[in-house]
Amino acid sequence: MSTVFIVMVGTLTAASIYMFLARDLPRVLIGFVLLGTATNLAIFAAGRVGSMMPPLVEPGARILSAEAANPLPQALILTAIVIGFGLTAFALMLVVKAYGAFATISIEEVDEAEPRPVEPQPEPLAPAFRQKQEAA
Amino acid sequence: MNPPLILRTSAPLLLWLPIFVSLYVLVRGHNDPGGGFIGGLLAAGGILFFSIARGPDAARRVLRLSPVSWCAIGVLVALASGLPALLAPGQAYLTHLWWFPNVGVTLPLSTALVFDVGVYFTVIGTVSALFLALVELDKSGESA
Amino acid sequence: MALLLVAPILIPLLAAALTALFWHRPEVQRPIGLAASAALLGAALMLLARTSDGAILVTQMGNWAAPFGISIVIDLFSAIMLVITGLMALAVSIYALGPASIERDRAGFQPLFHSLILGVCGSFSTGDIFNLYVWFEVMLIASFGLLVLERTREQLDGGIRYVVLNLIGTTMFLLAVGLLYGLTGTLNFADLARIAPKVENQGALAAVGMLLLVAFGAKAALFPLFNWLPAAYHTASMPVAAIFAALLTKVGVYAIIRVFTLVFAHEAGFFGPVFLAVAVATMVTGVLGAAMHYDIRKILSFHIISQIGYMLVGVALMTPLAIAGSILYIVHHIIVKANLFLLAGAIRQETGSFALKRIGGLWAIKPLLGVMFLIPALSLAGIPPLSGFWGKLVVIRSGLEAEAYWLAGIALAVGVLTLYSMIKIWNEAFWKALPEDGPSPLPWNARERLATYAPIIALGGLTITIGLLTEPFAAISIEAAESLLDRQAYIAAVLGPDAPRLAEIKP
Repeated sequence: MSTVFIVMVGTLTAASIYMFLARDLPRVLIGFVLLGTATNLAIFAAGRVGSMMPPLVEPGARILSAEAANPLPQALILTAIVIGFGLTAFALMLVVKAYGAFATISIEEVDEAEPRPVEPQPEPLAPAFRQKQEAA
Repeated sequence: MNPPLILRTSAPLLLWLPIFVSLYVLVRGHNDPGGGFIGGLLAAGGILFFSIARGPDAARRVLRLSPVSWCAIGVLVALASGLPALLAPGQAYLTHLWWFPNVGVTLPLSTALVFDVGVYFTVIGTVSALFLALVELDKSGESA
Repeated sequence: MALLLVAPILIPLLAAALTALFWHRPEVQRPIGLAASAALLGAALMLLARTSDGAILVTQMGNWAAPFGISIVIDLFSAIMLVITGLMALAVSIYALGPASIERDRAGFQPLFHSLILGVCGSFSTGDIFNLYVWFEVMLIASFGLLVLERTREQLDGGIRYVVLNLIGTTMFLLAVGLLYGLTGTLNFADLARIAPKVENQGALAAVGMLLLVAFGAKAALFPLFNWLPAAYHTASMPVAAIFAALLTKVGVYAIIRVFTLVFAHEAGFFGPVFLAVAVATMVTGVLGAAMHYDIRKILSFHIISQIGYMLVGVALMTPLAIAGSILYIVHHIIVKANLFLLAGAIRQETGSFALKRIGGLWAIKPLLGVMFLIPALSLAGIPPLSGFWGKLVVIRSGLEAEAYWLAGIALAVGVLTLYSMIKIWNEAFWKALPEDGPSPLPWNARERLATYAPIIALGGLTITIGLLTEPFAAISIEAAESLLDRQAYIAAVLGPDAPRLAEIKP
């Protein structure tokens, strides 16, 4: 059973890396969603895949029966899904806003925050020199 | 793009049915699968249906308060649920307390339920804030 | 007592909820925000007083025994970080009342700011690695919102760079947590510290350690994962940039120090050289990046990276002195760096621009600003008797004691280059004559001026205080370092003598 999970984790990770290499933002976002899914499956596999019995305490019992599945990875994954949902929603909003502002979804066409360096201009002369030159 | 007539007409049903189910799930979470988080998602789903059928403004009117306010109220309720534990000496924050008063039937009451109600409101607030922002962004993009 | 331990989490959470309830009503939000920041500082100081003798305070959330529940563990290192967080929250809360505050508050600055502080405080208090992940995310989402607060084109672009790289970093962290759980069967720091040396597959454990290093390194802007920082920080509004510069990267450093002194301490022989190489590369790239820029904010952003290198030396050498040096350095750096960003905002207000080429002549018209700039700038470069000198001194001395002479040499050279950058700002902004076509100062009223200068003067005063009265600060750093290296005390404090054990998981 673990093998299936391992193969799935590998495939999803490979697919997500392929998406990350794309130049447009929605694909990068899809890559992130895939990577998140791969990670969740990895956590599930790390918690040992075995019993299929839901980890519920039986009525009357005080502790979980030993045959039940491990509840902890499920709790971790639930939390991770919630957080991933929030992050994805925010990133999506940002991408839509950026599309509105730049009219492009390509990462390469946007360089507002780090403009490409322009050709170096010759330094203007220091004020003292300039005054001398003007006087001359 | 106008939503189809059937969707518009059945909007109230699509809104209130999930909300009633969500309340059931919320209370059931006391001792069975369910709880505030999943209940909140269900209720938010109802509001999402409504905003698709009647538009985001109508959905905001259903919520009455802004989604962020619901979120804040939820957080405050959840925060408050941890405080009774501090009355007993040596107890950690968020230690939950249970009462089973008998008024004809045994009512299971607990601070954990209060915490869950807080989570319920927080989830409704957060999720509807997110999708209403996205829906409105979409609309403003169309008009531009 | 139990309430005091969770107070650093509850206060910002309460503030975030209340300010969110009064969204778009700055006149209600501001007193709440200021009161919460002051209360946070107060609570953190009380915690510091209780841990100053090396005691480790523990509370189990919801009374679920460790390692099953979430432990809140506050040792001296955590308490120091909480105090400095409270201090920064207060300084930036006041500073944020300055120019353009109305627009900022209308956009939701207050709830986001307190959510960010919540994430930072949670990270410093938790004793559980998955909980640390959750606090990281709280911090991350709040920082996303803060970064693009004004929705300018520049901010959107910077925001995207920041978001994409951090999303990947955070997924690495989650993966590492999952694998660590798979290897050890626990997530509690103390329990991990107890079990990690006994794990059979030490190779896999080291791989998980590297994964955590990548995740925390992306957060702390270590070489070669620092690119997002200079791409994003300079686009944020000044109070936001100041709190980011002060706290965000330092949470990454805190996580590295916590995890690698506690869980991976037995692998120090493997990780030590890695940290040393990364620390040196980070120092050098940061300072060289700063040397080529002529925008105040970019120079300062690159210097954050450079200084992170110094903070790593402690965990690289793993001696009490080196870790004490790191702690002293973090404290000094947070105060000084936040102050420099606050000053950059003031310089812009007085001159109209951040671009050094376009401004000048400040010394003639604003000598007070000049003096206030010189204090943190010279401290950052490590000029005695300011706080940076002692920080660098301890780091370099620990390098010499560990016979890593080249490390000490590079640390000194980086200090000289830092001085070069600071003098560059000084020459261009303060000494150079104002260019004829320079921008004109931005208008502001007396209240905004006061809100801007009060935190700058207070933090400047603190820098001088640490410089002149180093003894208590150094002593507390050494105490914290020794407590960090005493893993058994931490384990005993959290798990208790008769700790319940999770079922041993066979690999």
